[in-house]
Amino acid sequence: MPTSLAVFYLFALAAVVGAAGVPMSKNIFWSAMALLSALVGVGGLYVLLSADFLAVTQLLVYIGGVLVLIIFAVMLTSQIKEIEVSNQNVGLVSGAILFALTGTLLCFVAIWAPWKVVLPQSHETTTDIGNGLLGTWLLPFEVASVLLLATLIGAIVVARKEIKED
Amino acid sequence: MMDHLSLSHFLVVGALLFCFGLMTVLTRRNAVAMLMGIELILNGANVNLVAFNHYVAGGLSGQIFALFVIVLAAAEAAVGLAIILAIYQMIRTIDTANIASMRQ
Repeated sequence: MPTSLAVFYLFALAAVVGAAGVPMSKNIFWSAMALLSALVGVGGLYVLLSADFLAVTQLLVYIGGVLVLIIFAVMLTSQIKEIEVSNQNVGLVSGAILFALTGTLLCFVAIWAPWKVVLPQSHETTTDIGNGLLGTWLLPFEVASVLLLATLIGAIVVARKEIKED
Repeated sequence: MMDHLSLSHFLVVGALLFCFGLMTVLTRRNAVAMLMGIELILNGANVNLVAFNHYVAGGLSGQIFALFVIVLAAAEAAVGLAIILAIYQMIRTIDTANIASMRQ
């Protein structure tokens, strides 16, 4: 087995086992930890796909930002001690049936479709992404910056405590 | 399975991530857990984008697209969690079955 395949199976295992833990674990905090494993696995897959900048972004934004936010929300909202209450499942059987159907269909397409694969080439991407963001993709880049500003203001306005005057 | 790394390997991982995310969104009653499911779905889509960029399209457009998906996911998580916290302060629960009763 070539090394790249072994590394792929390592990261894919981390990603899939983590993703499986999110809907199945009883405790909401364990779900967050499983999500951490899934995100790290996906970051490793980006490295294997020679997307170096994207892999670092995945680690910084998802694990450093989104996951910390989610853990904050878990701590602030759910009654961690009442494990049975904090993370209930409904319709697990129909969920599993849906999972089996969708998973079978998507995996069937992924394996058997005749993709027109070209010879992949790997090169360092950070410079090209920087040039692209300030060139070809300048407009979506600016729109994203406005969106992030709106998100910042909106999240603060929604989440702050209202001081009611009686 | 094939004995060398190929596009299908990555597509299968992306498909599994998507399915687990879908299952999370549909079966959980905790709003924070549903947000985790959305993150999983977005990650599965991102794996597909980067894999197709590497094996089929070439260039960088797939990676840039994935980058914007990450930005949108971060924004969505921030606003979603802020809304969840506001709901929790109001009715002391984030169980989606109980939140539905707030419509009246």
